[in-house]
Amino acid sequence: MSLRDFGWNELQFLLLSVRWTVLLSLIAFLGGGTLGLLVAALRVSPSRLARWAMGVYITLFQGTPLLVQLLLFYYGTSFLGFRPDALLAAALTFTLNSAAFFGEIWRGCIEAVPRGQWDGARALGLRYVPALRLVVLPQALRIMLAPTVGYMVQIVKGTSVASLIGITELTRTAVMVNTVTFEPVRVFGTVCLVYLAICWPLSFASERIGRRLDTKRAASLGDVFRRPASRPAAGRVQPR
Amino acid sequence: MYEFQFGPILARMPTVLQGAALTLEFAAASTCIGLLLAVLLAIGRVFGPRPVAWLVTGYVELIRNTPLLVQLYIVFFALPKAGLRLDSNQAAIVALSANLAAYAAEIIRAGLESVPRGQVEAGLSLGLRRGRIIRHVVLAPAIRAIYPALGSQFVLQILGSSLVSAIAAEELTAVSNNVMMETFRNFEVFILAGGLYLAMVLLFRGFFSATGRVLFRWAA
Repeated sequence: MSLRDFGWNELQFLLLSVRWTVLLSLIAFLGGGTLGLLVAALRVSPSRLARWAMGVYITLFQGTPLLVQLLLFYYGTSFLGFRPDALLAAALTFTLNSAAFFGEIWRGCIEAVPRGQWDGARALGLRYVPALRLVVLPQALRIMLAPTVGYMVQIVKGTSVASLIGITELTRTAVMVNTVTFEPVRVFGTVCLVYLAICWPLSFASERIGRRLDTKRAASLGDVFRRPASRPAAGRVQPR
Repeated sequence: MYEFQFGPILARMPTVLQGAALTLEFAAASTCIGLLLAVLLAIGRVFGPRPVAWLVTGYVELIRNTPLLVQLYIVFFALPKAGLRLDSNQAAIVALSANLAAYAAEIIRAGLESVPRGQVEAGLSLGLRRGRIIRHVVLAPAIRAIYPALGSQFVLQILGSSLVSAIAAEELTAVSNNVMMETFRNFEVFILAGGLYLAMVLLFRGFFSATGRVLFRWAA
């Protein structure tokens, strides 16, 4: 027995809730990206204290579940004397969380730029910040692009956790629609397709960009076994 | 002014620790099942016929591009429609395993493909049998290459399992939620939960890097 059928209205309700998923993702991406750049810059800075502090920050946010962080910011902040709005708590949590991940991802990219570039910038008289901004970062951008787009997928998927503090984004709407229609296969199937429609192009783009940088990809091992006919026959020189 | 009181939380410490134990059980069970599945998926993708490889790719992309929470709801709400009724704990393990399998399959595939093709051809030209090549030329270095990544998958499972509190499986996050409702010490209880997760994560990170160093000494 169900209260309603999964019809056009329910589908529309479900699809419109994507707005909140997109909004939360944008907040996490823009907020986390801005803060993450600062985290990455401090993580490679000459100040040992700054590097250590950012290391602790990253460990804290990468070493605890996103859900626990969200619950802490939503329920736990009651000691401040007020309960933040769910959207504010989610925005804050996702921003701080993504900043930690972006900080760590981008640190790796910045460190992938050869040491000599720093030395060259120093020799030209540039201080740390101009050296990073004018010399190292522009070269790191190329390497940063693929993992950044890849992490956007994690952000979009992560916003589903906001459903657990009552934000009616895609996942929570799905639970609500499922409760009244009891059509879990259709409801969650639709939701999967929507997430796929957002995330898969990002994954695909990330992979393509990454592959363009990584030119010396080995041929698939399976090809050696799978098509024995393509193996060069003994005593015959194969054209390349 | 708010006064921090850890007393009521510490009084419920045994319950909280039971939750942490269940978290580890979920992580361990799903990693074991997921890894087995992942090996099959990776073999299917790398060595299997084209249709199998496509099927595996489809599964991997589906899992990696949808949230774990939604996968959990599908297992918990939609599988009963197909006649497979699972309790919260079983649904949690099924969803976590299915999720890990996709990620681990990609790691294993990357490991297998990290072995240069020339090495396999060298093995073939030396007259080694296919099985020996797979074992000594492909698997040994591949396992060494993927061990750290698989270790961090286990750690990610510890963190990811917090989501199963959404279907009322009584692991650490769900227990913390209950303790919060009994004591109203919201801040303290989630700080404690976060601290426990962090401790487990750091412990297992250390464990995997230490065992990795011992296990693969031969390659150094």
